Amino acid sequence: MSLTQQSPTSKVLTWADERFGAAKGLRVAMNKVFPDHWSFMLGEIALYSFIIILLSGTYLTLFFVPSMTEIVYNGSYVPLKGVKMTEAYASSLDISFDVRGGLLMRQIHHWAALFFVGAMSVHMLRVFFTGAFRKPRELNWVIGTVLLTLGIVEGFAGYSLPDDLLSGTGLRITQGIILATPVIGTWASSLLFGGEFPGTDFIPRLFTIHVLLVPGIILALVTVHMLLVVFHKHTQFPGPGRTNKNVVGYPLLPVYVAKAGGFFFIVFGITTLLAALVTINPIWMFGPYVPNAVSAGSQPDWYMGFLDGAVRLMPGIEVQIFGGTLGLNMLVPAMVIPGIMFTLLGLYPWIEAWASGDRSIHNLLDRPRNAPTRTALGVMALTFYVILWASGGNDLIATTFGLSINSITWTLRFGLFILPAIAFWVTKRICLSLQRRDREKLLHGRESGRIMRLPHGEFIEIHEPISDKEKAKLLSKVDITPLALPAAEDANGVALPQARKRRIQAKVSQWFYADNVPRPTAAELEEAEAHFAHLESGHHDRELESH
Amino acid sequence: MRFTAALRRNRLAAPLVMVAALVATGAAYAAIDSSTSAVQAAVTTETSVTQGKMLFAEGCSSCHGLNAEGTTDGPSLIGVGAAAVDFQVSSGRMPMATQGIQAPRKESIYSEEEIAALAAWVASLAPGPAIPTDEDINTAGANLAEGGEAFRVNCAQCHNFAGQGGALTGGKYAPNLNKATARQIYEAMLTGPQNMPIFSDETLPKEQKRAIIAYIEEMRNGANPGGLDLGKYGPVTEGLFAWTAGFLLLIVAAVWIGVKAK
Amino acid sequence: MSDVVHHESSENRPAPAPIPHELRRTDIDARAARRAERQVATMFALSALFAVLFVVSFVGIDPEFEMGLPVIGTTRPLNIAMGVCMGLSILLIGTGAIHWARKLMPDVEVVEERHDFASSDEDKARLAETFGAGVEDSGFVKRPIIRRTLLGAMALFPIPLVVMLRDLGHDPDPAGSLKRTMWRSGMRLVTDSTHEPIKADAIPVGNLINAIPDGLVELEEEEGNLNERAKAVIIVVRIDPADIVSQQGGTAEEPWDYNGVLAYSKVCTHVGCPISLYEQRTHHLLCPCHQSTFDLADSGRVVFGPAVRRMPQLAISVDSEGYLIARGDFAEPIGPSFWEIAQ
Repeated sequence: MSLTQQSPTSKVLTWADERFGAAKGLRVAMNKVFPDHWSFMLGEIALYSFIIILLSGTYLTLFFVPSMTEIVYNGSYVPLKGVKMTEAYASSLDISFDVRGGLLMRQIHHWAALFFVGAMSVHMLRVFFTGAFRKPRELNWVIGTVLLTLGIVEGFAGYSLPDDLLSGTGLRITQGIILATPVIGTWASSLLFGGEFPGTDFIPRLFTIHVLLVPGIILALVTVHMLLVVFHKHTQFPGPGRTNKNVVGYPLLPVYVAKAGGFFFIVFGITTLLAALVTINPIWMFGPYVPNAVSAGSQPDWYMGFLDGAVRLMPGIEVQIFGGTLGLNMLVPAMVIPGIMFTLLGLYPWIEAWASGDRSIHNLLDRPRNAPTRTALGVMALTFYVILWASGGNDLIATTFGLSINSITWTLRFGLFILPAIAFWVTKRICLSLQRRDREKLLHGRESGRIMRLPHGEFIEIHEPISDKEKAKLLSKVDITPLALPAAEDANGVALPQARKRRIQAKVSQWFYADNVPRPTAAELEEAEAHFAHLESGHHDRELESH
Repeated sequence: MRFTAALRRNRLAAPLVMVAALVATGAAYAAIDSSTSAVQAAVTTETSVTQGKMLFAEGCSSCHGLNAEGTTDGPSLIGVGAAAVDFQVSSGRMPMATQGIQAPRKESIYSEEEIAALAAWVASLAPGPAIPTDEDINTAGANLAEGGEAFRVNCAQCHNFAGQGGALTGGKYAPNLNKATARQIYEAMLTGPQNMPIFSDETLPKEQKRAIIAYIEEMRNGANPGGLDLGKYGPVTEGLFAWTAGFLLLIVAAVWIGVKAK
Repeated sequence: MSDVVHHESSENRPAPAPIPHELRRTDIDARAARRAERQVATMFALSALFAVLFVVSFVGIDPEFEMGLPVIGTTRPLNIAMGVCMGLSILLIGTGAIHWARKLMPDVEVVEERHDFASSDEDKARLAETFGAGVEDSGFVKRPIIRRTLLGAMALFPIPLVVMLRDLGHDPDPAGSLKRTMWRSGMRLVTDSTHEPIKADAIPVGNLINAIPDGLVELEEEEGNLNERAKAVIIVVRIDPADIVSQQGGTAEEPWDYNGVLAYSKVCTHVGCPISLYEQRTHHLLCPCHQSTFDLADSGRVVFGPAVRRMPQLAISVDSEGYLIARGDFAEPIGPSFWEIAQ
């Protein structure tokens, strides 16, 4: 083998092998196969954005001063010259105006942060709608959920650091919500802010959280996430030659080294070009944070928009309980709703497994239509999220479209409950219709669009057989039989202890899977094929006759 | 439809002829006597008042009453001062095209002389804030930084950090300040048009108003070092841009990688 | 390489259905392959060129130089020049690599088998056995006193770590601090922009003043923070006395307003944004953060949005010189609600 020869490469490989026994492992790794699909790149966008954030963020720490000490600005941005501000804000201005490339790095950092959370979200949607979270990948789904949460927290921390008017407003709102925490709210706020808001302690503390604690945890989790992907091997979409037991694609070396490596440079390049041409977070326009000023349209970055929207939609409710005051108008939208959303998200693999009773390993992805209830639930949740998100921009919607902000808020309050239900129903109907069409295609072929007139005058459309590729795709559908309702009593009429629980499970299971349009059985397919062959030959005969 | 359109044309015809005649008169007058001595100015004012009364009767009285005493369709203008008239008419808000929640900014249908005449007549009814002088709105040497601080405390809450406007209750809005002239900004602070509160010279001194105007102009015209400014609305347009343009590019790249080469 | 994988796969499983493969132009036509090769090389070369151009623009463009550009408007070209050079230099490496992979690297899909990674029942049983033996040998079960004290110690050892966090906050009574502001009887109201006292009679109806207590700036100098500002800021408006429906306190002889001049806290009772979006005709005060709306002509009551508590009113009067003064601190806590607010 080449390892015994004395080329420089083989010398290095020999060195590594004699110390780590790397040869076998490396060979396996180089042969590792990755399936090709554009949607498998979404997670990579998130990973690469994170690397870009680490690189640009490290650069920014060289110039940023995380201090709330008040100084008088004397940098080169004239409209703020002589204004009192914190060192944090002043150093952010210096980065933007007096460090060559500083503004570019700030903008790269911020755009990449928007992409990071965005790519994680879209990646999660892909994983959800294709069922890639199923056994054996449930834990990686949970890690993903935690990563998304941490990404949001980390982004918000970064948004808050420059101590401009917008970020300070965000912190003020956050502090107001912390105050609403039952029993310990005032103390929690006092400890976090080192006394009253805004104090002088918070930004240095937040800085440590932003550059050390949270990114450290994210990095660790990303590593585990990736190792698990390697260990489980990537899922793949159904197609010819693709089974639950293999993975079809391109080897790591050379194709995926070039593709994945190249994609990093593409993501980095696009982010840099955007940062070069499009302003993000122009802190110099916002001015320094002071607790006596605010700007119209004070919004957080997009990933916090749904929380801000929930806080905007919530009607004013406050209750007295155990001698304390409970601000439900803050707790419900800012803690309870996101808490429920992320818990359900993280637990979803187990919810679905419980409903299906399915404990088998899934490496082949579902087409979303083939899991109609899951798809509909996903679209429902997405609708809920998007309404909250839109609510976060209700003031800009009002001014852009000349509407009343009060009517928009009321519409969205009702919409939050009505639209997700409609979205669920519509999605499920669409999925089932698509399932029926797939079944038709398998049994009767594809509609060719050609119309033929039969001798007795009837018009029929000619159906053509579908390609092998499509057939493989359509036949991949897995039909799940819903759990049957168990008997409530045993043969002797004694109530079964577990019956109630199992009945609920069966009910849920039936709700999940009852409407399924089954894939044609082997017998049905055979019959259809025979019928098709007959038609074909008949057609041929008639053609001959007519000549 | 055609009938109403024709009618509208007819309705507009009369005031337009009137306006044209007045412009011609004003122009002729200006041509004959271009001197600016105090005596001449007084004479001009007196003429303006009469001219203004005529214009008012023509264009404003249907809502504000013949003597500006107000009707159910429009408030009394007695005591609003010349500044209010100049602001409303020069920014095209008055006369309103239709009754609505708020009068939007549009092209003014009156010439400068006519606006001055209208303002002079309304000012002659009762004392009120006068039109700010050129000195009042001279931003040369104004302290931008002070203007910024005053702007953020007094104006940004409605008009946004860069003067892009924002929503108020029930469909009302604080307009963007992109087209507002220095004089109009000053007048708006002085007179509190529509739902905007007044910022009188006693509580927000002239010096501060000048600085605020200078800051608004800086926000409008100053160089934007970061590139395209996305409308200066803050994170909402940034988010939209990231999700549309940014993600579009990234996904196009991902699809390019995923699709087999031919 | 693909052979190796196929070989491995064919050992224990039937060969999967054939995977379709179409030849690319570059597979058939040597000229097309050479063209692709040139394209890739051009991208890499351009990337290098842009890296050099980045340095040129970094050194050559004055950071404060401004110019107008189409679409973007007036801007500082340094950021754009550097960013475009750096971006293209990075992007072209990526496009080059991917073009190379798509056009010139092998595009035959290969198959890798998945192997069950679950261990055999025997292995699982042996693990359980090993674990059981280890626990047994440790004496964890046999010696309960060790077990219990260990569990106790483990439960308590984080306590110092938590207790140490106590000095993060320097305030012995956070809830009390939230309920107090620096407003005192006789303290003058001064404008927030010039810090001048406010002559009550000089305020026209419809006027809005953003105001702070006299002495706030000095207090801030002394304390070195903006904490008091976050609580004591107020807005002063003048409403036609006939329009005032109600106020939060005062008597007919001594109302909390002064001839229609009303002072309210500027801190939203929802989550604390400073609000002064005051509509002088409706007398509504709107918060730009979450749209809570308060009616200042009617005791600052909530008319819309998520806020629950009304906007606290500051009782005011005038001093002998006619300047507005406070008649004491707020009667109710300002700002967002908290657990102890009603206690």
